Amino acid sequence: MQDLLDPRSLVSADYADGSIYSNPALYDMEMDRIFMHNWIWVAHRSDLPEPGNFITTFVGPHPVIVSRDRKGDVHVLLNRCRHRGATVCEHKSGKGASFVCPYHGWAYGLDGALRGVPHQEGYSGQLDKAEYPLVSLRVEEYNGLIFATFDQSIMSLDAWLGRAKPWIDLFMKQGAGWPVKTMGEHRFTFPGNWKIQLENTTDAYHFPIVHKSFLDAVDEETQNTFDFVGGEGFVEDLGHGHSVMVMIPDLVDLEDNLDAPVPDRFLELAEELSKDYPPEKVRQIVRAVGGTGFNLNLFPNLACSMAFFRVLRPLSVNETEIRHIAIGMDGGPECANEARLRLHELFQGPMGFGTPDDAEAWDRVQRGSLAGRDIAILLNRGLGHEAKREDGNLFSDVSAETGMRAAYRQWLAAMTDEAAAAEIGV
Amino acid sequence: MTITLNEAIELITLEADMLDHGEFREWLKLYTEDGLYAVPIDPDAKVEDLEKILNYAYDNAEMREKRVERLLGGRSISAAPPARTVRLLSRYRMLETGTGSCTLRCAQFLTELRQGRERYYAANVTFRLKKMEERFCIDQKIVRLLTSTEALTAVSYIL
Repeated sequence: MQDLLDPRSLVSADYADGSIYSNPALYDMEMDRIFMHNWIWVAHRSDLPEPGNFITTFVGPHPVIVSRDRKGDVHVLLNRCRHRGATVCEHKSGKGASFVCPYHGWAYGLDGALRGVPHQEGYSGQLDKAEYPLVSLRVEEYNGLIFATFDQSIMSLDAWLGRAKPWIDLFMKQGAGWPVKTMGEHRFTFPGNWKIQLENTTDAYHFPIVHKSFLDAVDEETQNTFDFVGGEGFVEDLGHGHSVMVMIPDLVDLEDNLDAPVPDRFLELAEELSKDYPPEKVRQIVRAVGGTGFNLNLFPNLACSMAFFRVLRPLSVNETEIRHIAIGMDGGPECANEARLRLHELFQGPMGFGTPDDAEAWDRVQRGSLAGRDIAILLNRGLGHEAKREDGNLFSDVSAETGMRAAYRQWLAAMTDEAAAAEIGV
Repeated sequence: MTITLNEAIELITLEADMLDHGEFREWLKLYTEDGLYAVPIDPDAKVEDLEKILNYAYDNAEMREKRVERLLGGRSISAAPPARTVRLLSRYRMLETGTGSCTLRCAQFLTELRQGRERYYAANVTFRLKKMEERFCIDQKIVRLLTSTEALTAVSYIL
């Protein structure tokens, strides 16, 4: 037992040891202490619009079903038959009234209750169905974002999101007055550790370097909009490992500045919308189509990233799955949603003009960080001029590593026993 | 005026060879002006519905040009240099022939090599070809990856 890892020896306030990306024992510890004891994002409300709808997904390595029962309540159920452990659902999404295990026919309701056991007489009255529902996780929702956790004792989702909540509300203004809905996703893997991706969503510093070819592909006005390193933006620590990186301050509140002229690249769309909507609404929709000017990183697996949801899932110590979920206006104009889809395809996904270059950089971090021993990964950018706001939030310039420091602070808290104990007390 | 199977195969084999040998600017000229190059996610989506849903790629002429510039520009770290590819086309079937146009479906098996890693993509590819004045052009190329609904890896080249 003396070989047990001490995470405190690997991460400090402004650097981390390179082995955090490749140590299998540390990964196992993360899957337990982080992914079983924090709120993990599982779905957006629009993924389950009606009673009977379900999706399958994962909480860390654990396969789960997220379902909406007949009363409209959302359940997150381990996708594991209580009899012999088979998965009871292999569909990505669907609509139904029950989940029937294909092995021996045990049938469960949308709420996980065990409803039917074929030839139950074989248990001679010793099987009480009430004792064997699908295992339920704790579920809570904020502004359409559905989270689940194995841990019954951690603080409420509301308290956990805390100072990140106003930013979630701002992000959802992309509905332009309509509810936000998901519109499909790009899903890909990269051969590297999940924390490399976690860091990237709060890293503005890389943008003009890694995304040169994306910037080549857009007009000058857009290039100027994305020329934010050294600009007025900032990164702010929102507590509990969450952070926001404001790249384009003008696009923080999509309902502000509605008098501003429509950017050239959206003129055609604005003209089409003008047939059906008054000028003010047209500008609101167009601003929403372009997305917000910030990335909100929610520890550990979700980011509300400018115009889409980024969801990460660790597959092993050196493999990670990323989903870039497109979002749009539920009930909004079709031409505006199509414009959003084309913008998503331009940057995101395995064939986008941005993502493959990000993936290449992450891949290089994984391979390069194996070189040598006891060499630090630096997390100190922007520390020298980091300051505190009145509400206590630390902040620094847009290309600062304040968001990474926030995430690693929470990582350390979750990974060490004292912190787990402290959290239970909250 | 109909396009024969042999004529169709000749054109799409030329396209495959150009893509495997980095002749991207010449590749652009194979398409009609309002031609479409698309890599859908939804395996069941009809071509005419792709505009309304999310795809991996949904390229008009302007996007195809940008994709080519990205591959040749040397400013994309995932495409400097681009992955090397070898693609095999086979199992050709003419689905429809009309005056000056045809729709053909075939199998494509592509092997990619980049940074010492080999990766493989199987796909059903549907082409709509058109006779434009004196030559044949690609009016539609729809690449339906066998793994389109699975997690892919970065594809910094043209399928």
